[in-house]
Amino acid sequence: MARKITYQQAINEALDQEMSRDPSVIIMGEDVAGGEGSPGENDAWGGVLGVTKGLYAKHPGRVLDTPISESGYVGAAVGAACNGLRPVAELMFIDFMGVCFDQIFNQAAKFKYMFGGKAKTPVVIRAMYGAGFRAAAQHSQCLYNVFTHIPGLKVVIPSNPYDAKGLLIQSIRDNDPVIFLEHKALYTMEGDVPAESYIVPFGEAAVVQEGDDVTIVAMGRMVHYAKEAAGNLRKKGIQCEIIDPRTTSPLDTDTILESVERTGRLVVVDESNPRCSMASDISSFVAQEAFGALKAPIQMVTAPHVPVPFAASLEDLYIPSPARIEEAVMKVKEYR
Amino acid sequence: MTSPLNREALLQAYRTMRTIRDFEERVHVDFATGEIPGFVHLYAGEEASATGICMHLNRNDYIASTHRGHGHCIAKGVDPVGMMAEIWGKATGTCKGKGGSMHIADLEVGMLGANGIVGGGGPLICGTALASKIRGENNVGVCFFGDGASNQGTIFEAMNLASVWKLPVIFVAENNGYAEATSSTFSVAVENIADRASAFGMPGVIVDGFDFFAVYEAAGEAIKRAREGGGPTLLEVKLSRYYGHFEGDQQTYRAPGEVQKLRETKDCLMQFAKRVTSRGELTMADIEAIDREVKTMIDDSVVKAKSDPLPPPEALMADVYISY
Amino acid sequence: MSAIHTVTMPKWGLSMQEGKVNLWLKEVGDTIDPGEEIIEVESEKISGAVEASVSGVLRRQVAQPDEVLPVGALLGIVAEKGASDADIDAVIARFQAEFVPPSADDADSGPQTQTVKVGNVEVRYLKLGEDVAGKDPLLLIHGFGGDLNNWLFNHSPLSESRAVYALDLPGHGSTTKVTGVASLDGLAEVVIGFMDAVGLECAHLAGHSMGGGVCLAIAKRAPNKVKSLSLIASAGLGNEINGAYIDGFVAAASRNALKPVLAQLYSDESLVTRSMIDDMLKFKRLEGVDSALATLAGGLFAGGRQAEQLASAAAGKPTLVIWGENDRVIPSSHATAIPGATVKVMPGQGHMVQLEAAGEVNKLIGEFIG
Repeated sequence: MARKITYQQAINEALDQEMSRDPSVIIMGEDVAGGEGSPGENDAWGGVLGVTKGLYAKHPGRVLDTPISESGYVGAAVGAACNGLRPVAELMFIDFMGVCFDQIFNQAAKFKYMFGGKAKTPVVIRAMYGAGFRAAAQHSQCLYNVFTHIPGLKVVIPSNPYDAKGLLIQSIRDNDPVIFLEHKALYTMEGDVPAESYIVPFGEAAVVQEGDDVTIVAMGRMVHYAKEAAGNLRKKGIQCEIIDPRTTSPLDTDTILESVERTGRLVVVDESNPRCSMASDISSFVAQEAFGALKAPIQMVTAPHVPVPFAASLEDLYIPSPARIEEAVMKVKEYR
Repeated sequence: MTSPLNREALLQAYRTMRTIRDFEERVHVDFATGEIPGFVHLYAGEEASATGICMHLNRNDYIASTHRGHGHCIAKGVDPVGMMAEIWGKATGTCKGKGGSMHIADLEVGMLGANGIVGGGGPLICGTALASKIRGENNVGVCFFGDGASNQGTIFEAMNLASVWKLPVIFVAENNGYAEATSSTFSVAVENIADRASAFGMPGVIVDGFDFFAVYEAAGEAIKRAREGGGPTLLEVKLSRYYGHFEGDQQTYRAPGEVQKLRETKDCLMQFAKRVTSRGELTMADIEAIDREVKTMIDDSVVKAKSDPLPPPEALMADVYISY
Repeated sequence: MSAIHTVTMPKWGLSMQEGKVNLWLKEVGDTIDPGEEIIEVESEKISGAVEASVSGVLRRQVAQPDEVLPVGALLGIVAEKGASDADIDAVIARFQAEFVPPSADDADSGPQTQTVKVGNVEVRYLKLGEDVAGKDPLLLIHGFGGDLNNWLFNHSPLSESRAVYALDLPGHGSTTKVTGVASLDGLAEVVIGFMDAVGLECAHLAGHSMGGGVCLAIAKRAPNKVKSLSLIASAGLGNEINGAYIDGFVAAASRNALKPVLAQLYSDESLVTRSMIDDMLKFKRLEGVDSALATLAGGLFAGGRQAEQLASAAAGKPTLVIWGENDRVIPSSHATAIPGATVKVMPGQGHMVQLEAAGEVNKLIGEFIG
């Protein structure tokens, strides 16, 4: 039975249901319970934004507060995955990958291949990402493109509550290491989510809306900006098709190519910096695979090549806006 | 006190050390011919450490190793024939020729991998130990690392985490005196790596790494404590490597004659043989039989490795993911 | 003053908020009878025709093809011949001035599905229309892999003069998934329990495909609860069934696998929209659905044969049989299996005839049950 819950609740529910279903699922991270060893409440925070609240009491001994020691506990999650658990390690902000990247990309990502196929590392690393919270350069990046670059990792960026739950359940059940990224600005978004457990498979893009004039590939929070832009464009008689890849590794290139072959026009919207980004990656494979179908040069709508600024006036400029998406669509539509 | 070793155990200990030594000496010789690809880092001289510790472990205990990992692999029960093929980059290798010397792993026997990243294994072994603890098993994890890795943040984080979570982990600092070409007397800010144990709330123990029996004794206590829920231990094994950081290292940073003197006066195999024969626990015939048996096995492994097939082209794309 | 009627954007399904005008099926000046299709519109999920509920002449086409309009927006005007243009313009002006498009929050208003416990199965159902004295209610029972939305174009029109219930069978829609039910009788038992739970002593039953088989199984098990049977492309009336369809439907785990399977249901394959496929996948991906469907398929349709033959259960009950002549799931030759039944085989139609030829099917059922 579907009911409306938030993105944050959807994530909590996925964790709860998987922990109930499978005793090998554990959660660890900084303040995922909050209060360990203190005189007061034991589940004081339930995650820095309360996403894991309540799981500590429901699943005794399986929600582990850690020291602020990302390399230590992310590596421990990877090691535990090699020894039969399905750990979900919460990295809080994805920017913190800077202090534990080795454990993710040199260890977890490599084992299967480097050990001749004999390793299984079913670890999930959850983290918040994205700008818009006046949190500045070290707490606002996207970075999904960095993980997408690395063979051996899977990268998931749900844009709505339904996908968040189904993709997280798939992430936990998946036997490969998964980076699961949650946009902070989406935590309060409500949507229809079945109460039952279900999965959303990896590598299957969602066609958010259909249209024949321009293809917009957008991910994470940008899906909603693309919808806003597409709504305005429809009033001008332009029908946009919006594709949300949902996972950037594996990436559903077929759905994107099929759409571009029909529309001949592509705008890629990516909240991260432009160089070596999902935007540039998607643009390049479309140019390579569907050049003949293109009626206009591909447009990328991304953040500029700068760190995320603090001041509101600057951060608002930094983040791609619906207006910029509209402009890009008009540009590809009117190209002669 | 760990119980004294019976004849079978003594034979096993010697066979393991001899296997490691012959394996490494042979790789040293073959590497010089240019036939072995990549980098190799040899463990010769340090055999008593891996052997004395791993003799306390069973298949369900995990070890995390280092770039100098051949000895740990052999001591934990990885098949030397597969290892040799792996080092030669063959499809029959432990990792199908896709890992090489620095990444030999065999999770079936609890070998979580040699590791090309200095200090990489500390956090991982906390994880295997956590899994055992959560499941209520009494298996332990052993993290081997060197004096170089002893300065890495990952090792500090792992020691803190193991102590905080009271994990059954033994951190084994194999201090061979050199991190690549830099002396530990320069790079380690304390006199003994074991002195750092108190900073992480665990016992720190120093042991002579040339003396198998000393290692066996100290490791036994630490592992017993871990199995019984007593938490982690930092065990510093002071030893030396006979060869360079990697093969081809001329070791000009070492004192003239340093290695030769160690071989002649402190060698762990020599000390072991002298002690067990002088006490009448084993005979020279026992020792020589093992020497012959191991030499044949290593020679055969090289013959096989040389003639084994290279990984086929389709192996390039295989095993990146379990499903993708 | 002559009557002037507005034709507005319909609401098909609980989530529909707007629709796109595809094309006008009637020209200005055409005479229209009730039940005739006037204009084709498309929601996110499905396209279909808006039917006239009154008679008159199409006087205005207010909405134009490709326009996207909210539910309830004015599409056109049907009026009697005598109505003046001035009066019609006044009606249009007033409508447009007063019309407030529903907001997203209004999606929750209007008829809502309900649930009722039958044993340990929680059954979802939707009741439309009012209880009318002397008019037994109608219960709509969907087919294999379907849900109450299979009656999207039938439920509301049929409920103008009586209460009409549609439910989700066990393992389907939002009804409990894990049931282990593997027979028509097992499904019938739950439906009878449902009828008791919502106070349906006796009802007209209409079933599509496997749902038709369920209707027959109810008639066999509890004949006094059945007023009449309307069986559409029904199971239980012959041996053959398209095993590749059943197996393909159970196995399909992706859009590409499911699309050709669903296409077999329709005569117009373009009705199989991406949104329809996505919704079906969402359903199939719920925990327990795949195994519930596999259990049912194994019990009812293993090896491309129907396990249960129930034509005789219709004996003594007024029975209407409707089939699409080109049905690719259950052959239309089964339509004549019940002696004495009223049979209507519709040329050119496929398995989902109640959706694709909703107007005609509604008319047939409406006239049949009275």
